[in-house]
Amino acid sequence: MDDLSRFKQTYFDESAELLAVAEAGLLRLAPGDVDMDEVNAIFRAVHSIKGGGGAFGFSDLVAFSHEFETVMDEVRNSAIPVTTELVDTLIRANDVLAQMLAYAGEGVDAPPGATDDTVAALRRALAASGGGATASAAPQTPPPAASAVNDDEDDEAGIFGDAMAAINAARDSEAPSPPPADRVRWTIVFRPKSDLLLSGNEPAYMLRALRRLGDAEIVCHLDDLPKLADLDAELLHLSWTITLTADAEVGRERIDDVFEFVADESDIQITADAPLPAVIVPPPTRDAPPNTPPALSESALVPPGATAAKTDGTAKPRGAGTNGGPGTNGGSGGGEHAGLTTHTIRVDLDKIDRLVNMVGEMVITQAMIAEHLRDVPPGQFQELQEGLEQLAQHTRELRESVMSIRAQPVSSVFSRMPRLVRECAALTGKEVQLATSGENTEVDKTVVENLVDPLTHMIRNSIDHGLESPDERERMGKPRAGTVHLSAQHRSGRIVIEVTDDGRGINRAKVLSKAIEKGLVQPGASMSDEEIDHLIFLPGFSTADQVSNLSGRGVGMDVVRRNISSLGGRIGVYSTPGEGSRFVLSLPLTLAVLDGMVISVGEERFVLPLTNIVESLRPKPADLHGLVNKCDVIMARGEYVRLVHLHHLFGIPKAIDDATKGLVVLVETEDGSRLGLVVDEVLGQQQVVIKSLESNFRRLDGVAAATILGDGRVALILDVAGLREMSRHGGDSGGGRSPAPALPAPKSESRQRQTV
Amino acid sequence: MSSSMTLATVGGSRADALSLNGTEDQYVSFTVGAEEYGVNILSVREIRGWTPESRLPNLPDYVRGVINLRGIIIPIFDLRARFGGGATEVTKRHVVVVMQVGERTRGILVDAISDILAIGPESIKPPPDVDSGLIDAEYLSGLYTAENRMVTLLNVDKLFATEHGDHQDPASNRAIAASDKTP
Repeated sequence: MDDLSRFKQTYFDESAELLAVAEAGLLRLAPGDVDMDEVNAIFRAVHSIKGGGGAFGFSDLVAFSHEFETVMDEVRNSAIPVTTELVDTLIRANDVLAQMLAYAGEGVDAPPGATDDTVAALRRALAASGGGATASAAPQTPPPAASAVNDDEDDEAGIFGDAMAAINAARDSEAPSPPPADRVRWTIVFRPKSDLLLSGNEPAYMLRALRRLGDAEIVCHLDDLPKLADLDAELLHLSWTITLTADAEVGRERIDDVFEFVADESDIQITADAPLPAVIVPPPTRDAPPNTPPALSESALVPPGATAAKTDGTAKPRGAGTNGGPGTNGGSGGGEHAGLTTHTIRVDLDKIDRLVNMVGEMVITQAMIAEHLRDVPPGQFQELQEGLEQLAQHTRELRESVMSIRAQPVSSVFSRMPRLVRECAALTGKEVQLATSGENTEVDKTVVENLVDPLTHMIRNSIDHGLESPDERERMGKPRAGTVHLSAQHRSGRIVIEVTDDGRGINRAKVLSKAIEKGLVQPGASMSDEEIDHLIFLPGFSTADQVSNLSGRGVGMDVVRRNISSLGGRIGVYSTPGEGSRFVLSLPLTLAVLDGMVISVGEERFVLPLTNIVESLRPKPADLHGLVNKCDVIMARGEYVRLVHLHHLFGIPKAIDDATKGLVVLVETEDGSRLGLVVDEVLGQQQVVIKSLESNFRRLDGVAAATILGDGRVALILDVAGLREMSRHGGDSGGGRSPAPALPAPKSESRQRQTV
Repeated sequence: MSSSMTLATVGGSRADALSLNGTEDQYVSFTVGAEEYGVNILSVREIRGWTPESRLPNLPDYVRGVINLRGIIIPIFDLRARFGGGATEVTKRHVVVVMQVGERTRGILVDAISDILAIGPESIKPPPDVDSGLIDAEYLSGLYTAENRMVTLLNVDKLFATEHGDHQDPASNRAIAASDKTP
């Protein structure tokens, strides 16, 4: 990846975050209750996207974000009243911006006219405000990329424009006027070493940062500039004198911060001008609380003589900084204030995965050593044993911390839901309140990403099917607005997510009659309430009388269940008629490890995912029945279950063939059908690290993935649904390659279960 | 895990003694029974002693199974079985050559490492015109004479391209190989 595309990637990553910020802000924006901080945040987000886009030459993107920004600016200036309509327009604009970013990311031009509607809407909003002058000037000619550039200090591409303007301004006003009474004038001599640029620093950023602190007059010294012929373009030959007039509260350490990273590579002198006496005296008192004279409070804390120099930045930074003595070097304040920056870094996911891998290896190696040492008689190598115990503890801790790096709060998913609720509510004409809790519950990134679709479906479903219309609710004595509650919490090593609504609950009579009508259930079957509730997860089931825009296409809850199952999770529903329903998802915290049962067949060992296992049993001969001499069935928990010999399917020699001498593990696939897997032995439950078989080889029938057991050997993780497919086709004949994906499953099997 | 050595220790001194001028490629040669084969050293990642494999179900006998290579799972192919000589009876002295083929890492089981050869392109003879029903010449890149031994140079990409199945049926092979590349 070359440098530019790397920067681009960073830009897109950051833009995605900014869009999310903007969207979250927009959704909180309500008429009559405008939080200016929120508005500013949205404005800044849009502005930053525009600025970066300009730097990369995405002119369509810049033109559009400019329109967006113009409106936000007017909102910021309170020139446009915040109305629901405006918010809708802005949300739409945010979507379009996301779309434009996507186009830019793919390197394709946006289709012509893609933004027209939204731009028109934005301009209407502007026109409606009567903010005529600004409104008409800017929008009519969408500015090219370059015009975004001179806008203000945040534009990356504007560095030189800014710096030159500053220099020119400095030239023009030769004679500095005395600073206003409440401001302090600093003289900063910034003389970087000539190799400053080589370390990736950019003086223009610092100059720009200084300008943000106040009015800066910047003079660039060209004295050291060599002749063109001698010029080494990679070296820096310039130095600057900056006269900064800033508010008194802008302290010395704010200026030090600007030079924090270059202090070692530069000669920096910062002096507060000794202006009129009236100015130098006030700063300390101005900042200190009026009732505590600053001199007194400080000398009380600090030994005499060290007052000014040692005053810590945290207590009273401004006052102390102003006194901080002329001529001290710029680097001094940096360390103390590093704490103000955020302590996060962006790390490539691959790097973390490599780390996770290595830690997994360590765990296995450690288990291996432990296994070898078990044979040593107790009392011998006492210290080695103790050391090993510590190692075990540390590796466990290490593994947990590495896993936690991949963990993300579910808030990134939850935060998308208000938008969804808003749209669904508008579409259905219902009033909906969304309440969330436990947003900060953390779970593996992959799980978080895969939660979006199921949750979207479930919330749609709750609003569309669960909640009643406002009038109906009123008749029933409920508040007009229904509530959907979304919560997350950790429970016994899993994350449990609940979607609760206070709607009408599942209409069991209707569900049952629908299921019978669709042939999913035999007429006359007697089913418990719970069983009826769970019918909604069957493929092809939908109770909506009309196919609505939202749900009701019959692809809802069965897809949800499939998605959740593929993440190793389970879904359940609890419903009380008239009071509402509660959907409960339980998911593993990570997809990197899996709770499994280690089984053996012949000399091979396999891992069965615990979520698939119902029970294991050793059948008596009387429990086994031959079914038309083709295969065996076993009576387990009141139903007949087909027996499948794993060693037949996989062609494993030296395995136990007689189910009464081995074990039968009763497994259940995601769609609820059961199999009796005949194995030699069940070795025990274990948490295993999931490893891909496909990255270096390929997918195999009946195998979900692989793992490495404590002795360093590889064991395959079984895919129960795949095994069932194999056993259907190859029969139990074994050995042969199982044919490629299969005929659609016969309908009877999974359904019959419901009728038993 | 168990015995694993880097290439530098395998006949490293010999490699140094050979001329390393530009046009010559280096090959690692190894024996399977009485025959000697060579693969380009650039595709060899490491050479390790035999560790017991875990079997994979329902695959041809030349797919021995998978092993754990420092946390990644790689398949092991039995070169003897691949060339129709039946499955190798492994001992501790057998060796796995771990190779990088495209994005994938895989190991081939051979009897022993024999040499490191510097071979210029001019000294590689084309494989003789053999009945394609007898030998699939695609995975042979040429023949080389080292002293009085014949070394068969293997085209690793091709050798593994047909790993998925039944080499009597090239069409289905290709289909599987293609589908394998797009997971």
